[in-house]
Amino acid sequence: MGLAKRIIPCLDVTAGRVVKGVNFVGLRDAGDPVEIARRYDEQGADELAFLDITASSGGRDLIVSMVEAVAAQVFNPLTVGGGVRTVEDVRRLLNAGADKVSVNTAAVQNPQLVADATARYGSQCIVVAVDAKRAPGPGAPHWEVYTHGGRKASGLDALAWGRRVEALGAGEILLTSMDRDGTRSGFDLELTRAFSDALSIPVIASGGVGTLDHLVDGILKGRADAVLAASVFHFGEFTIRQAKEHLAWRGIEVRL
Amino acid sequence: MTDVAVIDYGMGNLRSVAKAIEHVAPRLEVAITSDPRVVLRAGRVVFPGQGAMPDCMREMEARGLREAVIAAARAKPFLGICSGLQMLFDASEEGDVAGLGLLPGRVRRFPADRMTDAQGIRLKVPHMGWNEVRQMAPHPLWQGIAPGSRFYFVHSYFPEPASRELVAGQSVYGVPFACACARDNVFAVQFHPEKSQAAGLRLLANFVAWQPAVHRPVLAVPAAPAA
Repeated sequence: MGLAKRIIPCLDVTAGRVVKGVNFVGLRDAGDPVEIARRYDEQGADELAFLDITASSGGRDLIVSMVEAVAAQVFNPLTVGGGVRTVEDVRRLLNAGADKVSVNTAAVQNPQLVADATARYGSQCIVVAVDAKRAPGPGAPHWEVYTHGGRKASGLDALAWGRRVEALGAGEILLTSMDRDGTRSGFDLELTRAFSDALSIPVIASGGVGTLDHLVDGILKGRADAVLAASVFHFGEFTIRQAKEHLAWRGIEVRL
Repeated sequence: MTDVAVIDYGMGNLRSVAKAIEHVAPRLEVAITSDPRVVLRAGRVVFPGQGAMPDCMREMEARGLREAVIAAARAKPFLGICSGLQMLFDASEEGDVAGLGLLPGRVRRFPADRMTDAQGIRLKVPHMGWNEVRQMAPHPLWQGIAPGSRFYFVHSYFPEPASRELVAGQSVYGVPFACACARDNVFAVQFHPEKSQAAGLRLLANFVAWQPAVHRPVLAVPAAPAA
């Protein structure tokens, strides 16, 4: 017995409100981040991830207030990402109550940000989000990093980028398969396994979960340290508790 | 008077610690402070911390907090959390820096290249997530917390106390390590009680109710080393 594999529900946020429908039975206002966070906390979520999809800079202050409100009432680890550009952004989110901050586009544009933020606040609180898409071509599979919410190809090889950010001090990788995201056909297990085997920092698998067995596969076949999902939990299809019981039944160590 | 002082030396998430204590003890006055005088006058002291140990030590000393932390750790209920535990020891491998020397022992890094689980799969560092905590000795801060309860960890370095008597709790991650250390009026944890849901809140509630006997006389506070 030892460290439990983590299940992480992910919430999209804009202007301080949760978007992308969250339908809990008995929840009056499905957009209230505090109420949604509390619901997942009660179900036994191991962490909560908030992804700010606000495009304008005016909305940026709102996520700081949102994190403050959630952290004052829900005593569960919080990861916050989306639009983080500077060490100052990292500082504000950590001070507001985030435990980890995830960076994506800004890290690709300026890898020194990863080094600076981890030197200042420690590796444990800097997550690099990698949005990876399978690149066509012969030979062993490889994947390319995309930025700007998946809209721009970076030209970077995903695995090489993962190794680089690990060397720069990143404490964790949030690995999303763009090919699988939204398909409900399961994680890209080859991608997940490639990252898990190549890196010595934890890997969170993301993108494609449609069934509880997909979560099992992400851990047993992809060797992910944590699994992240959105829609299967938001629409009340499965509770976190049901997911954990399923994982436990398949022999995976979880926190029940 | 401040009931609980949460020491602020500019290293990260102190708000969560203060909020969690306010949650379990709504009647207490909880202050996040970098003022040594507030620390010295407070009824009890929480010494949290995140981030690299050399930065933590430097920032703490830059704010003139060293003597107040040492005095508090010798005289009043004192809770160290994460880097706030690590800084109590003699020294750390992280940046090869000296700590406060309040607890004998060193802080070491997980040997990432030679750690595997029972199935032979490599264990990742940082140690991140919910691990079981074995209570190695009865303590008022464990009251009402089931043996083996899981707490939230996120760290790459762990304490190696010089003496078995200091170990109040143990976890296993590749290697067994002391995740809770206790002596007299000091209790210090590597995990984050403020992020550990019910078990963590219970530990914080136990802390604010704790009335330890202070056996150690308050000695003259050593001066900070010359810069």
